Amino acid sequence: MKRNDIHPEGPDAAVSDARSGPVSRRRGFIKRASALVAGGTVAVSAGAQDLAGQPWERVYGAPFAGYGQPSRFEQPVARVLGKPYGDLAAGTGAAATPLEMLEGIITPSSLHTIRSHSGTPDIDPKQHLLLLHGLLARPLGFSVDALLRYPMVTRTHFIECAGNSGRGLAPQPQQVSAGALHGLVSCSEWTGVPLRIVLEEAGLLPAAKWLLAEGADSAHMSRSIPLEKALDDAMLALYQNGERLRPEQGYPVRLMLPGWEGNMSVKWLRRLKATDGPVHTKDETSKYTDLLPDGRAEQFTFEMGVKSVITKPSSTMKLPRAGFYEISGLAWSGAGRIRRVEVTTDGGLTWADAALTGEERSRCLVRFRMPWDWAGRESLLQSRATDEKGQVQPGRHAWQAKYSPENRYHNNSIVSWGVGADGAVKHVYA
Amino acid sequence: MFMRNFPTTIAALLLTACAIPSPAGKAPALGTPVSAAEVARWDISIGPDGAGLPPGGGTAREGQTVYEQKCIACHGVKGAGKPADALAGGIGSLASKTPVRTVGSYWPYATTLFDYVRRSMPIDKPLSLTSDEVYAVSAYVLFVNGIVGEDAQMNARSLPQVKMPNRDGFISDWPGRAAR
Repeated sequence: MKRNDIHPEGPDAAVSDARSGPVSRRRGFIKRASALVAGGTVAVSAGAQDLAGQPWERVYGAPFAGYGQPSRFEQPVARVLGKPYGDLAAGTGAAATPLEMLEGIITPSSLHTIRSHSGTPDIDPKQHLLLLHGLLARPLGFSVDALLRYPMVTRTHFIECAGNSGRGLAPQPQQVSAGALHGLVSCSEWTGVPLRIVLEEAGLLPAAKWLLAEGADSAHMSRSIPLEKALDDAMLALYQNGERLRPEQGYPVRLMLPGWEGNMSVKWLRRLKATDGPVHTKDETSKYTDLLPDGRAEQFTFEMGVKSVITKPSSTMKLPRAGFYEISGLAWSGAGRIRRVEVTTDGGLTWADAALTGEERSRCLVRFRMPWDWAGRESLLQSRATDEKGQVQPGRHAWQAKYSPENRYHNNSIVSWGVGADGAVKHVYA
Repeated sequence: MFMRNFPTTIAALLLTACAIPSPAGKAPALGTPVSAAEVARWDISIGPDGAGLPPGGGTAREGQTVYEQKCIACHGVKGAGKPADALAGGIGSLASKTPVRTVGSYWPYATTLFDYVRRSMPIDKPLSLTSDEVYAVSAYVLFVNGIVGEDAQMNARSLPQVKMPNRDGFISDWPGRAAR
């Protein structure tokens, strides 16, 4: 083909096609290109050449897309949607990241876990305002355009819902994927304005000890946040993985409180009120409190505990035959860095240290890996994380002994996958 | 105490001198002043001491009408629940093997009822109830839990004084694990 055959309408035409190009012209071009390739195929046969080449190597490829999508062969990779109220409130609940289908550390924004209380609001950033008031020298309003002009920081952090792994507390182990069980955790690169900067602009009064953060969703979801955290590493996040926040992640601006209960990183942030004490909102009294066996409940258990889960192999998978496998998984801690992840394949008789990737980052997912020669016998796979504070992920029984049987929050206990002699991987309680 | 009725103009006059200076790094200072009247339109959070509660009031008898029009479809007869959360019952069950957490059995503060109903409910039309309606339906939820009488008036003075059965049932973990 001559160069003119590749770009019959010139390279500029291809660029302008990115989102809404002249489809009819493009289709005409594809027809012409196909005819050329078909003719070529005939010529190859006649010439008795036997060159390797799949069908897609013998036709002209798809044009550019303005916003890329995964391969059509990756269609099963999707979030697991949880709708406890069904269609009555289809946007109330959570969507879990398919952890077992992903690798590395970063969660693609389209697959990031979601927890929403009244669906995703459709916010016009030009109309959105963030109000700071309360025990401040002066109440201030910030437009989104104003926030975008502040100096920013970029950090990689996980967000985990306090209710993650609640399904791991069902009376019988549920035979669902690792993501369905433990996927209310995800990890992104977040970019935004340190919260401290705007708080200092408004002038914190000495009496201010807490901040009430409130979203602009129709639930106006709100949580009380100690000022220490707000002045430490809290961020007004505007970007996720390089692009502006997705609507379901709080567009146009959300709080980011590294390592703390996910819903404290209030999405669609519209208001911060400096107070001298917690407001005791519904989502820090009725919900997100941890019932103990004696009927009392722990409140303000902000930090997410040290935790790990093997994602490969994991529940619902099947090992086709004995031989080499790489065990791979994720570990994280709300307290800081992951120091160590140990893996056992014999139900805890012997443990070995896994190799870590990303352990230099604080409050960030860490990828761990360990080679495994599976002999084709029944095996019990577990992982156990230790963080830089020396906290060790608890066993299931030790964790359960601390709480009421009804508590579903902060389950960071060790996860067990049983591998049968037939290679079937099942969720088990051990 | 919270900032209820705190005159913002006086606060600003008194406290400008106390304002923490900008950090070493430069920032553009693009926040725009907001009037106290505008703040009042935005500030819908109610402190446990009642800070922020508006004028108005209502009784459970009045609230029953609101509840049966706007709440019963999700929360059931007298707050029994289904398809959405139960609002009544379970008092005394928290230490059992099958604890039932409702407004009556679990919530530590009655003020949270006003705060939450106003900001979030009904789920398809939040911010739509009048203050009197929110007080009345809050009174109704307390009444079906046996916490207040059917004719008890709930208002900015009385609601914070309601002693919830589980008021002392919470242990604060802050500063706790995070400080260790």
